[in-house]
Amino acid sequence: MAQEQIRQDTRVSIRTPRARVRGLGVAHHGVNHWWLQRITAVTNTVLMLAFVVIIANMAGRSYADAVHIVANPFVSIILILALLSVTLHMRIGMQVIIEDYVHAQATKIAAVFANNVYAVLVAVACLYAVLRIGFGQPA
Amino acid sequence: MAQFNLPKNSQITQGKAWPAPPGAKSLQTFKIYRWNPDDGANPRIDTYQVDREDCGPMVLDALLWIKNKVDSTLVFRRSCREGICGSCAMNIEGQNALACTMGIDECKNPDNALPVMTRKDKDGAIRIYPLPHMPVLKDLVPDLTNFYAQHAAIEPWLQTETPAPEKEWRQTPEDRSRLDGLYECILCACCSTSCPSYWWNGDKFLGPAALLQAYRWLIDSRDENTGDRLDNLHDPFRLYRCHTIMNCANTCPKSLNPAKAIAEIKKMMVERTL
Repeated sequence: MAQEQIRQDTRVSIRTPRARVRGLGVAHHGVNHWWLQRITAVTNTVLMLAFVVIIANMAGRSYADAVHIVANPFVSIILILALLSVTLHMRIGMQVIIEDYVHAQATKIAAVFANNVYAVLVAVACLYAVLRIGFGQPA
Repeated sequence: MAQFNLPKNSQITQGKAWPAPPGAKSLQTFKIYRWNPDDGANPRIDTYQVDREDCGPMVLDALLWIKNKVDSTLVFRRSCREGICGSCAMNIEGQNALACTMGIDECKNPDNALPVMTRKDKDGAIRIYPLPHMPVLKDLVPDLTNFYAQHAAIEPWLQTETPAPEKEWRQTPEDRSRLDGLYECILCACCSTSCPSYWWNGDKFLGPAALLQAYRWLIDSRDENTGDRLDNLHDPFRLYRCHTIMNCANTCPKSLNPAKAIAEIKKMMVERTL
């Protein structure tokens, strides 16, 4: 069992209420996640709007036309920014949910790890697709 | 995982229905959570009939009436009967409140009930439970040890290094006014025990009451330990488990806004990095 869980379990450990509340101390961490979540929330609203406009413009057009739109440097950059903003926001948001509800230490670490892997995979796969088209190597 | 269902020995059973007082014209039914640590039985809901004409207007009056005239074994905390001691905090009709400042007619008013608690069985009874998600000591008495330890952990006293002045530490009227809406907190625990984030992570999340108190000392112009106080909160659990659910502000019997105080702490945290 993790130190923190032994400390909190009144059945296996005698500690004062003050010691339990102090736990393992302050993590000196959290403000960056919180601030980044707010910043990406704001950037998401603008970038997702642009993303929707770009996708709407592809409606009814051929595959070659769609590739041509994405290959536009301006469109490519907006898509890359949107990808970074959304996957970052997704990663932090999901981690908060895991920390809220998953309390078993091993499961929690595994879930946070899986969440990070998923976010990175999604981000890298999408970036690769946009960059490949943007740098002029259409399939 | 966070625990969403009650364990087997905490599941509530039907309790005793006490007879109505003879000759009473105006009756109000109360359904009250009962649990005795000594008899090994599951918690139960007892039903009481209170004679409104013989009883005061508040929920606490009804509880005292029951204890004095019907069932002396009913256990609850109370002291000041005027909303300043915070002892009689309990869950009345789905909302945390002080029994002494919650009128019997007021808590029956559907406008006061939280939307999530809108019930199908509108039998007119007033349901009273202990504060949610706290260990129960007996009947309506919760164990608030952890809650008080969290209050102590934010060190709720003036901290200075400058030698104390001969008279008082001085403060402008404006600086004093920043404590309004914070110093009135009576630590009744209505807010913290209504907070889902506190339910799931109450061991590590300080909860709205302790954080409102933390902010009360963070913005006190006389305090010299602001940085250390912020350091002490800079933690993904202690502070950042607050997801602005706002149940705290909704339930506070003193009409304070702990959620706003927490938001101000989060702003201070960012402010010192920018």
